[in-house]
Amino acid sequence: MTKPMDQISWQEIEAGAVITEPGNASCYHTGTWRSQRPNYDSSVCIRCWRCFVMCPDAAISPDFQKNIFVWNYDYCKGCGICAYECPVKAITMEED
Amino acid sequence: MKGPESPQYGRLLRPGNTNCGGCGMSVAFQMFRRSIGETNVQLVIPACCAAVAAGGFPFSAYEAPVLLSTFASAASTASGMSQVARLNCEDTRVVCWAGDGGTYDIGLASLSGAAERNEDILFVCYDNEIYGNTGGQRSSATPAGAGASNITKGKIEPKKDIIGIMAAHGIPYAATVSLANPDDARRKFERSINGKGFRFLLILAPCPTGWKSDPSMTIELVRLAVRSGLFPVIEVENGNRWTINIDPDFSRADLERYLSLQRRFRKSEINPDDMGKAIDLQWGKLRTLAS
Ligand code: SF4
Ligand code: SF4
Ligand code: SF4
Repeated sequence: MTKPMDQISWQEIEAGAVITEPGNASCYHTGTWRSQRPNYDSSVCIRCWRCFVMCPDAAISPDFQKNIFVWNYDYCKGCGICAYECPVKAITMEED
Repeated sequence: MKGPESPQYGRLLRPGNTNCGGCGMSVAFQMFRRSIGETNVQLVIPACCAAVAAGGFPFSAYEAPVLLSTFASAASTASGMSQVARLNCEDTRVVCWAGDGGTYDIGLASLSGAAERNEDILFVCYDNEIYGNTGGQRSSATPAGAGASNITKGKIEPKKDIIGIMAAHGIPYAATVSLANPDDARRKFERSINGKGFRFLLILAPCPTGWKSDPSMTIELVRLAVRSGLFPVIEVENGNRWTINIDPDFSRADLERYLSLQRRFRKSEINPDDMGKAIDLQWGKLRTLAS
């Protein structure tokens, strides 16, 4: 797994500025941008998958064993789309 | 697996990307990658928000091969890549992922050239109706009435009819995609990734930063644009078979709500009546073409 930016020294940069590890931006946690946090209530959720489909950052994933959705707060930017699109208001936004 | 390596994140636009929260282009990317599944793709991204989204060196938010091109050359770069893939008998699909600046304005010449040669590429334009990453200047995709950072009042000229232009090239497939209708979007993504020849998709991608709207309204704005008839959801095969996929209800209330949710229309001198007339005119034309 990639190191965060402040732990990389210039000697570790590949010749030709090649990025050898694809998708390594994941070490940057965009969840720190968030000012509002989606809260999920599984007892209200009707499992329509709408939040999953419409989240811009794919921060919502299904947990099939528990039959619920889980949020990845490392990457959720707190945009509020999931809360707005949920047809039964199972998601509420609150100050983070 | 729950971390960023899990298949749930796919290979296109991985987490850690620097798109604004609630970016319509991000939603488009997620729907696109889920629709194409395991298909091998190579991306060509001209200067636009999607190029910036990868983050700063030495990081990249893409796990597929990506070639960043200049504004003007996305389609010609992709032409070369698809020809090389063909000569090497690779099953790679070459996809251009361009903003409206790289499609409607600066990229139009090479786009037209590649369409005329019927190159085997999929050209996706996510249309945020401004130059998003350079500070929100007007483009020829900015609709009449909308403000931008380099025009004081709302724009007077109407939006360019890019689907009409692409259809006039007689390309095998051109379609518009609504993010508020994921089923229709998925069908179009699947069809266009597997098609042959030049394919063109136009996605209305709300940009909370440039449209000055609430990030949570991204999908709602598309929904309102589709319902009010502002953004027709259509497809064109071989330039002559026009199909209307979603019939709008032309609701005036939806149009007004669409305008009121965005602060870019505040200084506009164009009232909803004029917009309504423009919509009627556009749909008159579309219905004739689709009949
Ligand atoms: S707030 Fe936005 S980024 Fe976070 S989970 Fe909901 S839709 Fe995704
Ligand atoms: S949108 Fe709401 S009801 Fe649907 S799956 Fe998500 S939380 Fe559950
Ligand atoms: S400026 Fe607009 S299009 Fe660009 S990343 Fe931000 S929201 Fe998306």
